[in-house]
Amino acid sequence: MARAGNLYDSCPMTLVYRVEVRPKSGQSDPRADAVIRQATALGLSAIPTAAQHSSVYLLAGDISEVDVGRIAHELLADPVTQRAEVQHRGIAMHRLDAMVEIHPLPGVTDPAAESVESAVQAMFGTSVRVRTGDRYDLAGINQLGAMTIGERVLANPVIHGVHAEPWHPAHFPAGHGYTMRIVEIPLRDLSDAALEKLSREAHLFLSLQEMQAIQAEYRRLGREPREIELETLAQTWSEHCVHKTLKSTVHYREVNLGAGQYSLQSGKRLLNTLPSAAHTGTPHASATLRPGHTPANDGSVTIKNLLKSTVAAGTFELIDEHNPDRIDWCLSVFVDNSGVIAFDDHHAVCFKCETHNRPSAIEPYGGAATGIGGCIRDIMGTGLGAKPIAATDVFCVAPLDGTDVPAGCLPPRRILTQVVAGVRDYGNRMGIPTVNGAVWFDERYVGNPLVYCGVIGVMPRTMVKGVTVRGDRIVAIGGRTGRDGIHGATFSSAEVEHGHSSEFSHAVQIGNAITEKKMLDAMLAARDQPDGPLYSGTTDCGAGGFSSAVGEMGKDVGATVNLERAPVKYDGLSPTEIWISEAQERMVLSVPPAKLERLRAVCIAHGVELCDLGEFGTNDGMIRLYWHGTEVGALDTHFLHEGVPMPTREAVWDAAWSASQLPAPGNGRGVGPRLLDTTCALLSHPNIASKEWIIRQYDHEVQGGSVIKPLVGVGSGGPSDAAVVHPVPGSRRALAISNGLATGWSADPYAMTLAALDECVRNMVCVGADPTRMAVLDNFCWPSCDDPRNMGSLVRAAEACYDGAMAYRTPFISGKDSLKNQFRTQDGRLIMIPPTLLVSGFGIVPDAERACTMDLKSAEHVLVLVGTTGARMGGSHRVMLGACGHADKRLPVVDPARGARTARAVAACIAHGAVRSAHDPSEGGLLPAIAEMCFAGGLGARIDLSHVPVDTAAHAEVSDECRAFAEDPHRYILEVDVVHLPTVQAHLDGIAHAVIGTVTNSTTLEVVGIRTPHESMSIDTLRASWNAPTGG
Amino acid sequence: MSTDGPKALVITAAGINCDLELAQSFAAAGAVPESVLLSELIRNPSRIDNYRLIGLPGGFSFGDDIAAGRIMGALMRRSIYPALTAAIERGVPMICPCNGFQIAVQAGLLPGPSTDSAWPANAAEPSIALLQNSTGRFRDAWTRVEIPTDTRCIWTQGLECDDVTGILPSAHGEGRLVADEALLDALEANGQVAVRYHSADHFNGSMRRIAGICDASGLVFGLMPHPERFTRWTQHPRWTRLSAHQRAGEPLGLQMFRNAVERVLVNA
Repeated sequence: MARAGNLYDSCPMTLVYRVEVRPKSGQSDPRADAVIRQATALGLSAIPTAAQHSSVYLLAGDISEVDVGRIAHELLADPVTQRAEVQHRGIAMHRLDAMVEIHPLPGVTDPAAESVESAVQAMFGTSVRVRTGDRYDLAGINQLGAMTIGERVLANPVIHGVHAEPWHPAHFPAGHGYTMRIVEIPLRDLSDAALEKLSREAHLFLSLQEMQAIQAEYRRLGREPREIELETLAQTWSEHCVHKTLKSTVHYREVNLGAGQYSLQSGKRLLNTLPSAAHTGTPHASATLRPGHTPANDGSVTIKNLLKSTVAAGTFELIDEHNPDRIDWCLSVFVDNSGVIAFDDHHAVCFKCETHNRPSAIEPYGGAATGIGGCIRDIMGTGLGAKPIAATDVFCVAPLDGTDVPAGCLPPRRILTQVVAGVRDYGNRMGIPTVNGAVWFDERYVGNPLVYCGVIGVMPRTMVKGVTVRGDRIVAIGGRTGRDGIHGATFSSAEVEHGHSSEFSHAVQIGNAITEKKMLDAMLAARDQPDGPLYSGTTDCGAGGFSSAVGEMGKDVGATVNLERAPVKYDGLSPTEIWISEAQERMVLSVPPAKLERLRAVCIAHGVELCDLGEFGTNDGMIRLYWHGTEVGALDTHFLHEGVPMPTREAVWDAAWSASQLPAPGNGRGVGPRLLDTTCALLSHPNIASKEWIIRQYDHEVQGGSVIKPLVGVGSGGPSDAAVVHPVPGSRRALAISNGLATGWSADPYAMTLAALDECVRNMVCVGADPTRMAVLDNFCWPSCDDPRNMGSLVRAAEACYDGAMAYRTPFISGKDSLKNQFRTQDGRLIMIPPTLLVSGFGIVPDAERACTMDLKSAEHVLVLVGTTGARMGGSHRVMLGACGHADKRLPVVDPARGARTARAVAACIAHGAVRSAHDPSEGGLLPAIAEMCFAGGLGARIDLSHVPVDTAAHAEVSDECRAFAEDPHRYILEVDVVHLPTVQAHLDGIAHAVIGTVTNSTTLEVVGIRTPHESMSIDTLRASWNAPTGG
Repeated sequence: MSTDGPKALVITAAGINCDLELAQSFAAAGAVPESVLLSELIRNPSRIDNYRLIGLPGGFSFGDDIAAGRIMGALMRRSIYPALTAAIERGVPMICPCNGFQIAVQAGLLPGPSTDSAWPANAAEPSIALLQNSTGRFRDAWTRVEIPTDTRCIWTQGLECDDVTGILPSAHGEGRLVADEALLDALEANGQVAVRYHSADHFNGSMRRIAGICDASGLVFGLMPHPERFTRWTQHPRWTRLSAHQRAGEPLGLQMFRNAVERVLVNA
């Protein structure tokens, strides 16, 4: 396939042995059973009646058949349950009616093969080359049917070969040597059209303006760029690496403002029709615009460096040392690979969240695994290295059933199942508990599934910053460099077309978690030496590989790099390929020369490969690249990092267009007639329904630090609002981890962003975190911002990040964006994802023993609803279900100042120990949330909706349906022992709240409303609705 | 942390990832844990003589890509097996949770020789397999467990399990214990079944609901659940529902480590 090419011409020297390992007769065969199950689930026409699985190992090296027999029996097969067979070539035997065999394509990472190679080396002292595969013999099906199963169930053609016979090549392909030649790309004399053609055909994905800037630079230098230089510029200037959209100057105007929507032009800072601006209490309620915002006479606003003027501006105002009320616990924001805050006097915690959308669309298993792998390395590459202690995952996919899947897209069920498997296999092997997450379903994610991976780390406060100095060695550790992932950064910055999956298959990779785990262990050992770390700085090789890692670390001092020294997976790599390869599981360290040998010893003990690539520091600050002593490239770090042109981007807010992008509501299946019937339908909505099938595949308790797990309550049958973990063993202090995602509100990304932030904060408050010690992360996933309307919605989300962060005093400390998420189908239809902002948060829980869960604890306790409910149901799951014609579909009012006050008051109630359970009714509204509390606690409740505090500014009557299912922000449900009610009421003084019901021993949920007669439903029925299958 | 308790060796290697909580559990029970790389022990097996307790932690040793515990077990058979069996003969208790159990089985350390035989000089072939769960899937969940009253396992002897506190977390994809019926009969008859899954919580399909076994001396304990993840009440999945009375005693996992440390101190 795409990557094989001339690399794998045959080398006739060594024989290939083939070994098959399969269960002894009478032993069960779960992998064979799984094939039948999956083929049935996919609805294939030919389903096997029986199946057998065999593991296939191909071994080559200086070994005899006797050696192979020993390897097979002592290493590959289990003597109790399996049999191994060494097979000869040409004896292709079918055991059942048909067979199919799957092998990774040449060049694709094969972790099992790497394990066997190192084990054979350790046990027998022999060096072998290994490839693995899986053979399935199938009964009751013909060969055509078997191949269909191979292609649709077992393999992904991007990374796998599918064989109809046992695959036994005569020889392994071997690489060709590389003959150096310096390739120049003449562009000084190219026309604009030719520059654009070059950018496209060389997969640089640079704009004309950027190509012109490069042309001007090389005209100035009086030479043509070499290939390696051009590739480096393309990587460094990619959207993925420099966030050029978010950092650009934006000209924003509102052509169509929805009734009551926030207006940036008018200078009103808050709003979604707030009853009174006086209540907001924000310092920006005046008509003057903030720094970086310049109004024009026509009412439009020019914003200089959008990111700096919004998201980052909030953080820097909050931590500004001239601010008497400043936040002093942010230790590193926006500059490193993750954001860092103080945990206690001695420890810091850091958080990074990444997306890995494009690779996951093409190869979901490898894409998700390398996504979390890369995010883990961001934590390892923060300061002098943090230890990862928890992970989060949020997936946005098309509905699993009934989605029209265009050519070039994988079915959403396969995507979701495989991304879960990828996170599972990588996270579990790394020993990092995945503790929090969400899944959001919307048909517009069909071509662009979103895969968010977050990782949290802990480190000593003395390790928060590293400083690379002149003379430090450039040391690469970890995995070897191959052709994998070349062009990952540029690819992730391009719009996907139906043909891309084959054209860009080399950008897709399989990870090897054990390589990364060894590297992590070695790094922490090198960091924690008694006399201090054995290195002065570090960063990970992510997008752009060595080019971005060395470029970043050598930004101020320059570097000399000897590319031929890099350990490679196979021969034939050119210096350019080595420099830009995105092969996984590699880190770059800057190492004082005197400490290099000690570092080498640590790496050897951990079985980690180390390579000295060169030296940081050149006289002129340039980065110079050599191949066996010959200069092959020279890069001016200033031009590399500052030279990218930042054109002014047009942004238009058109509320009517934005509203027109919303998906059609559902057909109302399961809705009514009773409120509790609708409650069941909402509990079964895939966004809300149990994610147990995902959660339990993750080792969410490894490291032993879990305090509040993802599932809580009786039978662990309820959804926790947030996770709580112990980063520091022996400390009572803990850390809450949550996320907020309000994609249902995408009709106005300003309100959506505030709602997501509010949800993230509420989730942490519910488990006992301190709202004055919370930090958050932004991850924007947007459709192409070349369309000014999408840019307009991005501006609104960014402005809301500022307003929200200031109101809640939750600084954004790190962020990432992915801004080209749209898919062009074969027939030219454009599918744009909804604007999607994930807010991830972590916050300090002062005392783990005071942490709170959402399951009801005891009958006779009362239920207090905090916050008001209005008459609007826009953005709610109730509206998404359909059959909701009568409802006011405008978005509810968001008031971050009120949200922040409410969060602090509720947190005070919980900290006081007056709350036995707390839950956030953000997804599905009040009744689904109370139903969850009931079945999680194995208790009933009696609810009177007439007591629900309503928004006094709502001029319409707030119906029972609104009270039950509206998703107004700033609300909490608290279970309170009546003895503590006065305490709770005192803390909630000035904040709307009311007792709306009582916990009962009846195991039924009973409801009455203002116009609804008494209804009741068993908590078993409600639980069964929530447990409706959502996948897997 | 105490510095004068008995020293406990925690063996780590590529892919081992439950070493931290195992070390913490030893410390919580009064031992002084030390983590050492397998590669160090292979270079210098006599280091093992310095310890009075041994832990083989969970994880995905060397990737576990062929089968769980296979590679690390194979490496240990050829290197530190004599030093480990010498330690066991000296009376050193050894705990092997999860991947540690899989490794111990592969390394010939479990179920070990019969009561009246010595450890063979060369590691025996594995006689027990821990195979893919009958569901075909990795699963992290707490399950109720039972301690056979006649067990000779020094780690679990005398521990009582009730509905609320008799639970342990498991997190594995390959935990289905399979062996000859005759071998299982012998293990049961000899009190070598150390812990079972409760019939209501038997999720991986192990024969006779066996969750963990010990060798004939009762010192070497292998089990698929993770007692080292249940040494604090805040690790219990429903701790916010437990009364002060229910949380009065020590968590089940800590009691196991306490048993072993006390045994070592008594024998000192």
